[in-house]
Parts: sequence; structure tokens; C-alpha cells
Amino acid sequence: MSKPIEKAVKSAPAEAQTTANTTIAIEGDHDHHHAPKGLTRWLYSTSHKDIGTLYLWFSFAMFLTGGAMAMIIRAELFQPGLQLVDPQFFNQMTTVHGLVMVFGAVMPAFTGLANWMIPMMIGAPDMALPRMNNLSFWILPFAFLILIGSLFLPGGGPDFGWTFYAPLSTTYGPDSTALFVFSVHIMGISSIMGAINVIVTIVNMRAPGMTWFKLPMFVWTWLITAFLLIAVMPVLAGAVTMVLTDKYFGTSFFDAAGGGDPVMFQHIFWFFGHPEVYIMILPSFGIISAIIPAFSGKKLFGYHSMVYATCSIALLSFLVWAHHMFTTGMPVFAELFFMYCTMLIAVPTGVKVFNWVATMWRGAMTFETPMLFAIAFIVLFTIGGFSGLMLAIVPADFQYHDTYFVVAHFHYVLVSGAVFSIMAAAYYWLPKWTGNMYDQKLSLWHFWCSIISVNVLFFPMHFLGLAGMPRRIPDYAIQFADINQIVSIGGFAFGLSQLIFLWLVIKCIRGGEKATAKPWERAEGLEWTVPSPAPHHTFTTPPKVD
Amino acid sequence: MQSNSSNKKLTIKLLLATALMFGFGFALVPLYDIMCDALGINGKTSDVAAIQPTGMQADITRTIRVEFMAHVSPDMPWEFKPKVVYMDVHPGEVIQTEYLAFNQSGEDLVGQAVPSVSPGTGAAYFNKIECFCFNQQPLEGKQQASMPLIFYIEPDVPDSIHTLTLSYTLYKFPPQSGESSVVSLSRSEQQAGERL
Amino acid sequence: MKRLATTLALLTNVIFITFSSSSWSEQNDYNMTRGVTGISEQVYELHMLIFYICCAIAFIVFGVMFFSIFRHRKSKGAVAANFHESTKVEIIWTVIPVIILIAMAIPATKTLVAMEDTSQSDLTVKITGSQWKWHYSYFGEDVEFFSLLATSQKEIEGIEAKGAHYLLEVDNPLVLPINRKVRFLMTSDDVIHSWWVPDFAVKKDTIPGFINEAWTKIDEPGVYRGQCAELCGRAHGFMPVVVHAMAEDDFDQWMSDKKQELALQKAAAQEALTQDLSMEDLMGQGESIYTARCAVCHQANGEGIPGAFPAIKGSEIAKGPVMAHIDVLVNGRAGTAMQAFANQLSDQEIAAVITYQRNAWGNDTGDTVQASDVNAFKAQDSAKEEI
Repeated sequence: MSKPIEKAVKSAPAEAQTTANTTIAIEGDHDHHHAPKGLTRWLYSTSHKDIGTLYLWFSFAMFLTGGAMAMIIRAELFQPGLQLVDPQFFNQMTTVHGLVMVFGAVMPAFTGLANWMIPMMIGAPDMALPRMNNLSFWILPFAFLILIGSLFLPGGGPDFGWTFYAPLSTTYGPDSTALFVFSVHIMGISSIMGAINVIVTIVNMRAPGMTWFKLPMFVWTWLITAFLLIAVMPVLAGAVTMVLTDKYFGTSFFDAAGGGDPVMFQHIFWFFGHPEVYIMILPSFGIISAIIPAFSGKKLFGYHSMVYATCSIALLSFLVWAHHMFTTGMPVFAELFFMYCTMLIAVPTGVKVFNWVATMWRGAMTFETPMLFAIAFIVLFTIGGFSGLMLAIVPADFQYHDTYFVVAHFHYVLVSGAVFSIMAAAYYWLPKWTGNMYDQKLSLWHFWCSIISVNVLFFPMHFLGLAGMPRRIPDYAIQFADINQIVSIGGFAFGLSQLIFLWLVIKCIRGGEKATAKPWERAEGLEWTVPSPAPHHTFTTPPKVD
Repeated sequence: MQSNSSNKKLTIKLLLATALMFGFGFALVPLYDIMCDALGINGKTSDVAAIQPTGMQADITRTIRVEFMAHVSPDMPWEFKPKVVYMDVHPGEVIQTEYLAFNQSGEDLVGQAVPSVSPGTGAAYFNKIECFCFNQQPLEGKQQASMPLIFYIEPDVPDSIHTLTLSYTLYKFPPQSGESSVVSLSRSEQQAGERL
Repeated sequence: MKRLATTLALLTNVIFITFSSSSWSEQNDYNMTRGVTGISEQVYELHMLIFYICCAIAFIVFGVMFFSIFRHRKSKGAVAANFHESTKVEIIWTVIPVIILIAMAIPATKTLVAMEDTSQSDLTVKITGSQWKWHYSYFGEDVEFFSLLATSQKEIEGIEAKGAHYLLEVDNPLVLPINRKVRFLMTSDDVIHSWWVPDFAVKKDTIPGFINEAWTKIDEPGVYRGQCAELCGRAHGFMPVVVHAMAEDDFDQWMSDKKQELALQKAAAQEALTQDLSMEDLMGQGESIYTARCAVCHQANGEGIPGAFPAIKGSEIAKGPVMAHIDVLVNGRAGTAMQAFANQLSDQEIAAVITYQRNAWGNDTGDTVQASDVNAFKAQDSAKEEI
């Protein structure tokens, strides 16, 4: 960590390098050994930038892995009939696809962005707990090795959905369920440590003058997200432990024969599960709140309102969990309570959308790729929000629940929502990370291919659900054939489109038009005051914030 | 920039919060039962005997149909059915009926009946003075038994409830997931202590 | 600019026309069904109302946004304004959505309360979900049966052409009368399933050890198809729900016919206890039972799935003592997915499928197992062996 002696070391202009292969400059930072290189650099790093990079690459690898599983799913669903995979393996694919995307792609991506950007945004030299930071990352590949490895064991991997309801996961789960539990525990520990780090960093390490209501929205949303994580990840750990003991140690939490209740599992799981989905979207809101102003040339409209709205969403997220359970046989008053609370969440979410549009209104917009993704986010996430509102209406939900209508909803908010925001963030900050501008033309290919294919892939799913197709089935009735074919084609196209992004990122790291400290003319924030690529040590001396 | 010690202090607080939430996850288990009890939902009737209130009057202006259902777990080789499939009762009236069980196998087995009431909100008003579901029921091979059920519906049961279905699912005891469950053991201990 | 407005207007019109046209009231591939009950009609109307409101909000919000994208662009010389907050505006666009939500919540509450009103029903049916079939039992009558997927494995594998009701057909549909209030009491034998018929707007989870309640009152005779709506393992996509709704007189007739049919079946099962079938007969019957009930896990070739479902081909059980083999079928295997078939298959059927398993795929034990053997096993006094 930064010691007084190192404050004398200027990390700015003199050392800023943009060599072809390294994203950062290292020169004389540590007075006792030279810069780490090679494998040790990455294994032992305590630099928020390096760890951020590790998280981002890991998340991208997981995104492609989970995506490959989705390709298998869509290939089987291309036509009615069972052509490619065994139904049990299909269930494993849907399960692990979900787990990998949620815990391996989206959450680590946001954590990577947090690591890279939060210290710079608040004028801090690094995260508060750099060694714990390293551990938080490195246990993740371990966890996913176990999870994905379990697919290859006799009996196969988890096949009970990412939501692992009991007793399907307890009495009727495969032998590898213990490994699934173990890997979820590790993912949870990683998230919790990351959340603690984020909170301590933001609370304790802001540069003087960086008061609460001067914080960038990305920092606010991550702060709130971190509190959500600490509140609910341990509950997931509890749920998954109860599944373990029910299955292997003779407890009966969820077994009616022993006095337990399968529905209790759902309550405990969704108490975690609902805040979890807000954990997966709040950082997105922060990203969009950074990008829209930068490319509209106007300050974010209603900053205070945005902060309060985010807090409201976080608080409300604890009151809506049973909207995933409307068909379990809850009494009417409970269904009404959860319906009203769920509908209520639309209010602060809507406020955010209106504030973004108001930011754009009478601005002077330019449409660089980050802005394209941000605008796409606003439209497509809102569409996902509308299907969410429809789902909140209990009598209608009886027809939508566990059909492709739900699949459409959450993929709209997670893929064209969260994932698009992550891509927007990548395009926005790649110049800062690498020192190079990305290939503009390639980025436009990526954008247009993605936005078209994502809609071909997920929009027709609304119709499938309304027409009566349940989810998590490997084969379906004839009337669903045509739409499934279109969806599958969209899926293949979307998958291929992401390879453009992969190529673009690799190309950008290797070289490109040199990026200035602030490649986006009207962007604001402390991160744009340091050179591009950001030197290995930034803000060893706290900046002046007015 | 704050010092390392204030980082440490905050970290410890957050770790404590984490531990508390982990405990909360487990606390949700008894909390769930308490909430179901307090709100009178989930179709869970009490697993301890109710005491008949003195001076309880039957409300003869109302009739509630009580249906009796029996469900046998597939791996339990017993016949199990209610003696009477339904009866029309008055709230406040003490009713006695029974379920009949026959062990079709040649082996001595122990059964545990798990009750469930529909609608779930009706469970709070369904009080069992004596029920075979309070304990495990042993039955020798080829033997039959008639298992008593004495209950009353509380007189203040809301007007919206006009039909109550009581269903028992009969499981083999101990539960199949291996050793006897901690939950069911403690319940039987509880019953041993509290049965009148 | 004009073109944009025109395009948007056209799009909106298309959407409205598409979904409001009465021609969509029959089953179509894009929208929810109106169904055949008063409740399903209410649910459909509610769904459309919320959908239209969402479309209207989307139209306005996206309209404003796209208008801004076209007008307020730097390349067109726009100069950014300075404003960045307004409490008044924040209040307005908080209050208006709340009002809209209240407007939505009122009909939603009304419909929900109507759905949950289970006043006196005319008929009660007990529905039990299990892997991977439904069981129906008419309360108060002596009629109960299993309902399994009737689509052949050959259609699923693409060897034969798929029928019109591929994956939505069963051997024994649930038969109900129209115009009578039917109450459903649902539970499960193993994991959570969910019984769903879109045309009734009834979907309720079946939870092992608990009963759930739902009801419907069907207005029109017909055949209504649904599916299991909760992941329940391997064949979750292969346990459809089929309901034949018929006029009350026809229903009463069906009920008495079914009682006769079941009585005959019972008698046949009793008679089978005294019969000795030939190897040929047993193999023939056994194979069709195996295909319908066992192959889903143990596979048509008897090889199972390593680690998940054991092979029967060459297995110790299939080639070892007959009593142990009967035990597995009659009592199932505790702690595994192997169900007890005692209440699902008659002694005759169990005998046939065991015979088939013992002689197919090169097992060739030469054993024939008769209904009386199965019956004897069930009656035996000796304690069950720990397996």
C-alpha cells in the first residue's frame, strides 16, 4: 500500500507508457523491488487496476462459456423433437448457464468495473483492502472450475435450475450437488469480500472535498449494491447449506415427511434472489448515469433524485420476494401485498428513466459507441421493465409464470440491460484502461449486430410464453416451432456478434489510435484527469476536489 | 484519507453484519413458522393438542363442510383413508372421526401423518384436540388400525370460509433421507411432553 | 422527422390492431388465450389492459427520447442547455406513475379476489403430480386413474412424423362437466410440479406433503391442453395436462362408464392372479409397459444413464433373484428417483415388465414372472431385505 515515502514518487506524466502489451506503466513504484512481471504479477497483484482487469477478463470468459451453453440450449430448441442432447443434460445446461451468467459473468464484470473505476473516481490510490481484493478474485476461477467440472462427473452436474428448488435439489438432486453447494459458497464469499472492500473504500478513502453528494452515480450505485450484497449473500449461503444438510445429513428443512416445507425454501431463496437481481442492475444504472451526461453535454438531470431513487429501489427490493411464488398457494392478502409492492418499484425505476431522458433533452448529443449502448439500454431495459410490471399483476401472472414470458422479461433486463451497460462501460473506459481508442468501425458492427440479434432472440419469447410454452423444457408442441426457430437463429447471431467484441478488445489492448487523458470531450470525473492508460499508481497524492 | 485502523474498524463491523445476516438466514426457519402461525396461513395446523375451551358454544346458524382426504406416500405400503369423506359441522362443535389404516406388507412399519389444510387461512381455526398426526403410528404387518381425530372449528371462523379440506399425507418413519431428522425427533419429544 | 412520426404511428396502429382484433380470440400463436371460463376471460382482459397501458407509456417516453435524439444532436448544431434539476418535475413524474399504478391495481385486485373465491363447488377433483405424470381422483366417487403422455418415443426422436397434438396428448384425460364449479385439490408425490391449463387460467403448484386449492367453471365443451409448469426433473416437458370438458349429461354418462371400466380392470387384475401367461405374451405386454414407464430413465436400450439411472441390461438385479427384482418395482428404491410402482401398475403389468427386463437386451434369464408371483411377494411375511 501507499506509504509516505512513495508519495514522493510521481506516477503521472514521466512514467506514462503505452507499450504494446501492457496496459499500465510500471517504473520505480516500489522502492524495494522492481515491477512484477508475468504470472506473478497477476497472481499476487494488489493493484485495483490489475485486479479489475482480472475480473473483467474472467467475466468475459464466463460470458462466452455461459453463452456456449445457451447455444446448446438454442440448438436443441431449434426444432421440436429431441435431436442433440439428453433431457437431463439439457436441464444441466439451463442450470449452469444461469449460474455462470449470474455469478460468473454479470457480477464479476460489475466488480471488475468497481475495482478499476471507484478508486479513481473518488481520488483514492487503491481499494481499502488490496490483499483481500486479490483473494476475492482468485477464489472465483476455483469456484467455477468446481461448478463446471461437476458437469463431467458421473451423474452430471446440477440440473435443478439456477434457483435449485427443494426437494428437486435435495432428495432428487445428482451426487454432484455437494460440489454445487461448495462452489456457491465460494462465489458468495468472493462477493461479500468485494462488497466489504467497496464500502470501506468509499466510506473511508474519498479525497478531501469529495463529499457524499459529489460522488459520481457509479460510486453511489455500487455503494448501495454493496450493502445489498452484505445483506443477502449470507442468506443464500444459509439456503444452500440447508440444501446440503437436507440432502446429506438427514435434516428436514424442506421435507414435509420430517416436518419441513418445500415452500419455505422458496421464501428463503427469493429473499436473497430478489435483491440479487437489483444487485445485478444498480451498477448498470450508475454506468448509464455516467455515459448519458457525457455524450449529451449536460449534467445528469436530478442527481439527488437519482440517489434517492436508487435507495428506494434497494429498500423496496426486500419487500417483493414472493412475487416469484404467486402460484405456490399463498393467501390472497399476501398475494396482494407483494403485488402492490412490486408495482411500487416501478415508480423509482421510472423516475430514473425520466431523469436520463431529461438529461438528453435539449442537450447536444453525440453518438459514440458507449452512447449507442446506453441509449439501447434505456429502451430495452424499459421494455423488460414493462414485462416485469405485467408479471406483477397476480391474476395475469398465473398465465405468465414459468413460461417463456418470464424468460423474455429477465433476459431483456439482464442481457439488453445489464450486459449492454457493461459493454457501454467497456467502450467508455477502454481508452483509459489501455491507452488506445478501440476500432470505431468494429464497434459499430458489434453494436448493430448485437442490438438486432438480441431482439430477434428475446422479443419473440414473449409470444411463446403468452401462447403457452413453459420454460425449462427441451422439447415443445408443434405450434411453438416457428417462433423457436427464429429465436434460435437470433441466439446464434447474438453469440457470434460477441466474438466481434472479443476481437475488438484484444485489438485495442494491442494498439490503436492513442487516447488522451480525456478522449470524451464532455465527460466528467476524476478518472479523466489521469493519463491514458492510467498509470499503475494514481492519486497517491489526493487530488483537489471542488 | 482515513487511516488503516478506521478501515479495520469498518471492516470488522461489516464482517459482523455478514455474520448476522448468515444467522438471519437460519433464523428464517423458525421465523417462517412463527409468521405462518401469526398470520394463520400455510395450512399448517398446530402439532400439539388443542384444549377445548370451556363453555364453547356451537354456532348452529352456520355449517361448514369439512372434507377429509388421505394421501399415501408411494413407498408406503399401507392403505390409508378417512372413515368419512366429508361432514357438515357447526363452528364450535366438537367432532370425532377417524382414519383407517391397513399395513399391506408383511413387515412392521411406522407411519407419520403430516396434515395440511386448505384453504390455508382456515388452518388457524381448525383445532385438533386429539390427532393421530401428533405421533408416529406403528403398525405390524397385515394389521389394521383406526386412528382417532377429535377436532373443532373455532366459532369465530370468518364467513368467507365455508369448506375446509383436511388432508393427511402418510409417510414412512423415519423419513427416507437417512437418519431420523432433527426436526421430527424434537417434535415427537415435544409431543411426549405436552400430550394431555 | 415527419417520417419518424409516421413510422411510429404506423407501428402503434399495427400493435393495437394486432392485439385487439377479435380474430385473435381463438387460440393463436402470439397472444394469451381468452380461454373458456369467466375467470380466464377476466384474466385476458386484465392482461390486455396492462399491456395497452404499457404500450402507451412506452410510446410517450420513447417518443420523447427519440424526438430528442433527432433534434438535440450536436451534429445539427444543438447547444446544450444548462438545467439539471427540478423538484417540481420530479414530483410530477413520481405522482403520475403512482396514479397509473393504482388504476391498474384496482381491476387486478378485483380479478384476484374473484379467482380465490371458492364458494360451494359441485365437484371436487384431487390432482396428484408425480414424476412424470398426473393422477386424478374424483372426490366421493370411486374413480381414479393416472394420466401419462401418449406421444410415442418414435415421434420424439423424429423417426415418425409428429402428430397434431405432439407432447400435448395423454392416455387418460381428466374429464369434467361444463357449467359446474369444479374444485381442485392438488398435491405431489415427490417434487414440486405445477398443474396448468391456460384455457382455464388455472395454474397451481403441487407441493409434496401439502394441499393447494383452485377452481374453475368451464363454459364450453372441448379439449383443453396444458403442461406441467414447474421444473420437476428429466421429463418435465413430457407430462401434459389434458381436460375433456363435456355437457353435464355426457359427463354423468362418462362417469358411470368409467366406473364400469375400472371395475372390469380390477376384475381382470384379480383374474390375472390365477393365470399363467406365455413368455411371448409377457414380453409383448412388458415391452410396451417398459417403453411407456421405464424407458424415460432407463432408456429404450436398457443401458440407463451412467451415474444417474442404472442400466438394466446386464444388471445384477435383472439377472439375480426374482424376488429382489420384484421388490425394486413394487417398493421403489428409497432415496433415489426409482418410484414404487405398486399403486401405479397392476400385478400383471409389473410381472410383464419384469419378465421383459429379465429377457431383453441379452439378459436372457429365461425367467417368466406371473401376476401371482408379484402378489405373493406383496403378501409375504418375511421381513424385507435391506438392499
